[in-house]
Amino acid sequence: MTRFVLRRIGFYVLIAVLLAFFAVPLLWLASAPFTSDPTYQVRMPDFTSENFRALFDNPYALGSLWNSVLLAAGTAALVVVFATLAAYALSRVRLPGRDALLYTLLLLSSIITGTAAMVPLFQLAVELQLIDSQLGLILILTGGLLPAAIFMMKDFMDSTPKSYEESARVFGATPLQIVRHVVVPLVRPGLATIAVWAVANVWGNFLMPYLLLSDVEKQPAAVIMYTLYTEGGQANIQLLGTFGLLYSVPVVLMYLFVSKKYGFRFHGGIKR
Amino acid sequence: MSAIELRGLTKVYPGGVKALDSLDLVIPDGEFFALLGPSGCGKTTLLRTIAGLETATGGAVVIGDRDVTGVQPGARDIAMVFQDYALFPHMNVTDNIAYPLRIKKVARATRQQKAAEVGARLGLEQLMERRPGQLSGGQQQRVALARVMATQAQAFLFDEPLSNLDARLRLEARTFLKKLQHELGVTTVFVTHDQAEALAMADRMAVMESGHIRQIGTPAEVFQRPANTFVAGFIGSTPMNLLDGVVRGDTVDVADCKVAVPESAEGLLRDGEKIVYGVRPEYNVYSAESADGSLGGTVSIVENLGATYLVTLDVNGVPVQAIVPEGREPELGDEGFAVPRRDRALIYRDGELVSA
Amino acid sequence: MAQATLPPEVLDDAKARRYNADAAGLGRLRAGAFVAPALALISLFLVFPALWVLYLGLSNYRLTGAAAAAPQSVGFDNFVKALTDPEFWSSTWLTFEFVLGSAVIGQVVLGFLIAWIMRDRTGPIKRIVEGLVILAWILPSAVVSFLWVALLDRDGGTLNTLLHLQDFAPLLDHPMLSIIVFNIWRGAAFSMMLYGAALGNVPPSHLESARLAGASGWQQLRDVVFPHIRGHVLTNLLLISLWTFNDFTPFLLTAGGPDGKTEVLSVHVYQVALQGGELGYGAAVSTVILLINLVVAVFYLRLLRSKK
Ligand SMILES: Nc1ncnc2c1ncn2[C@@H]1O[C@H](COP(=O)(O)OP(=O)(O)O)[C@@H](O)[C@H]1O
Ligand SMILES: [Mg+2]
Repeated sequence: MTRFVLRRIGFYVLIAVLLAFFAVPLLWLASAPFTSDPTYQVRMPDFTSENFRALFDNPYALGSLWNSVLLAAGTAALVVVFATLAAYALSRVRLPGRDALLYTLLLLSSIITGTAAMVPLFQLAVELQLIDSQLGLILILTGGLLPAAIFMMKDFMDSTPKSYEESARVFGATPLQIVRHVVVPLVRPGLATIAVWAVANVWGNFLMPYLLLSDVEKQPAAVIMYTLYTEGGQANIQLLGTFGLLYSVPVVLMYLFVSKKYGFRFHGGIKR
Repeated sequence: MSAIELRGLTKVYPGGVKALDSLDLVIPDGEFFALLGPSGCGKTTLLRTIAGLETATGGAVVIGDRDVTGVQPGARDIAMVFQDYALFPHMNVTDNIAYPLRIKKVARATRQQKAAEVGARLGLEQLMERRPGQLSGGQQQRVALARVMATQAQAFLFDEPLSNLDARLRLEARTFLKKLQHELGVTTVFVTHDQAEALAMADRMAVMESGHIRQIGTPAEVFQRPANTFVAGFIGSTPMNLLDGVVRGDTVDVADCKVAVPESAEGLLRDGEKIVYGVRPEYNVYSAESADGSLGGTVSIVENLGATYLVTLDVNGVPVQAIVPEGREPELGDEGFAVPRRDRALIYRDGELVSA
Repeated sequence: MAQATLPPEVLDDAKARRYNADAAGLGRLRAGAFVAPALALISLFLVFPALWVLYLGLSNYRLTGAAAAAPQSVGFDNFVKALTDPEFWSSTWLTFEFVLGSAVIGQVVLGFLIAWIMRDRTGPIKRIVEGLVILAWILPSAVVSFLWVALLDRDGGTLNTLLHLQDFAPLLDHPMLSIIVFNIWRGAAFSMMLYGAALGNVPPSHLESARLAGASGWQQLRDVVFPHIRGHVLTNLLLISLWTFNDFTPFLLTAGGPDGKTEVLSVHVYQVALQGGELGYGAAVSTVILLINLVVAVFYLRLLRSKK
């Protein structure tokens, strides 16, 4: 009996410690945006709106969020289109060297990380005059995400029965019609997964835009966030709270949407 | 509507499996033709090669008077129902039926109207807005048929069209399909591994074994006079008795009994020749009394088939089966005699039917 | 650039055979055209840089100055320089500490602990704990980094306020420990979810028969649970090691400081090559990173193959 009680107490202490460990760092983000004159300290919010007003007055804050949207949407669109076409072809046609290609893709996507490739990518961007070009950044990000995306997409394609396509083919549909009318609707959950995964990746990415975009007007939220707490020696605490919150909300919404709609899948994790 | 002709059709899969071995077959215009055979014998391959989904390794496929061997499936003017129906899960019934017309660039209003017409003909009026996932197996099958009808193709190909239905529905669909085919008069090839289905529905049928056609004929011909022991063993809800025997003049020694030489083989046998004597249980007349030319033994099994009984006699160690009408069935252990009908019994020499 | 991504599922050969028939009649030519745009982008922005980094490592390329205009091959000088440079070795050692402490030990243990104590629970406690753990994982790195800067600040930081400490500055006094704890907090979610899924696959009947035999909680873990999830543990270890090894987030917390005490390899490359302008030397270090990644990834793919 006492052992049971002790175990219960032990369990709840453990839960409390865990909750504290994971919650305390987040408290600031929940309170500071709504507190007047916020500091590093977590205080009871007085629900002021002045921090948000300051944010809207800042020339770069909202612009950077828009830049994040542009980068994420552009990259996701390219990744989805190119990965779908490639995965479809690789799933359905035995191209010479296909298996070796897939294996190489898988290997590449895991070993050539931003960390390992930042030096040549920076160089490449300089040579191709892609520094300060958002399109350039989108292309570079797309190149990095494509191998894993193709791989995930091929998994979806492989699990779709081919009789749908054959049926359409007997009715006289062309390959592109088959992709548009049949394949894309059938793998829509896969498309959504890849799109969300790409958006989440780009949205949180700091290194590449930090490396390749030096014009403040073009920088996405990740870089502006960093600038706000490092530049000029003194962190702009008033802006950081509201900006951090606005920058975080889409990720959380997206996660909720995905886990509700599709459940969590272990395709190497939705994020990262 | 067109005839289908296959000339020396051969299909070898990349792995080296020879699924079709130089097949010749003519299916006349408007015929309901069944391809029957055990699983893995190449029926699906044959159908898919006619459709153009598999490229023939050799030989030719002729539809109407056009050689379509190298032609894309979409340009062959045929329509196909897949075993799983392949109804597009993201389209409702109307859009599914109208899909072939959409490919042919028929105006939206026209194809909707056409779909409604065909749907109504197959009793789908109430279901036109539903998705395939919301339909029962039988309804899905009818949608698949409607979609094929909407194409107005020269020939229909069905791959095991009834195998996804439960037993009761299958009987219903069988009748329905046969009636529909006769009304439409479109040349139709359908694949099945169920001999009863083929016998019931087809105008003519082919029995296949490992890439070869072993017999072509009407269901009655195939049932009554199987061309070889393979077909004899495959056709019929109860398999034919195939008994080793030796010819002795006008009689054949089978399981230490003497039976008469069947009418079909009269004058075609040599004395002392080893043959296989075949008689269907249905043509084996059972009686409790001994008679001339009967196979006598003890009753070892009695199986209830409904209106009839299948009786297995142990004739000197050889099992012989006979069909007995209800009410006349013997008891286990009884002595019994089976007299093969001379006009129905068959003789096989080296596995092939002996006949004039 | 993508962070490391390894889908844990590889192609099943039998399944692939069934579906590789060219159902849509694409033909090799068109299939090639479908693959081409993706391959072009991958080649240009992923493969080419990886090859170039090898070339750069063999040159005296600099961002500015004479060598910038006409780089020359210097053989293996950069590699020799890196391998004899104490800073490189100190970075390597810090990276080892970071990966071992935060991923191999921290995330694995904490992730498994949470998955284990939550395994048969439902209800609000489970949802809140898991929600917070996942939140720490999905928030953008720039945001969480700042949150930890605020948490650990010397003057008004929440940690000091809570513990009633004065002038305790973890980021300055224990910088390596700080980023290790940070990364455990940040990444525990993946291990938690992976082990959660793995534990869900342990047949309850096995646990029950162990319990009937009188096995203690620890014995059940050792004899029933662990044999079932061994594959998952290895997968998990390789993946999070790879990710942590390539993680650039420590830069956002400490920028490698103070005095290079948190300059893990990823930050080291940035500092040397892009701040210091020594591209050749930076490329040599990048090559080392690539090779280490390659070893881990090949290990991981082997593991996946052998599971089939
Ligand atoms: N895509 C394929 N690749 C290699 N062999 C195949 C393929 N499809 C079928 N086969 C082989 O061809 C033979 C005939 O198959 P199939 O036509 O499907 O038989 P059925 O439809 O009569 O059951 C079988 O031995 C089968 O294993
Ligand atoms: Mg078949």
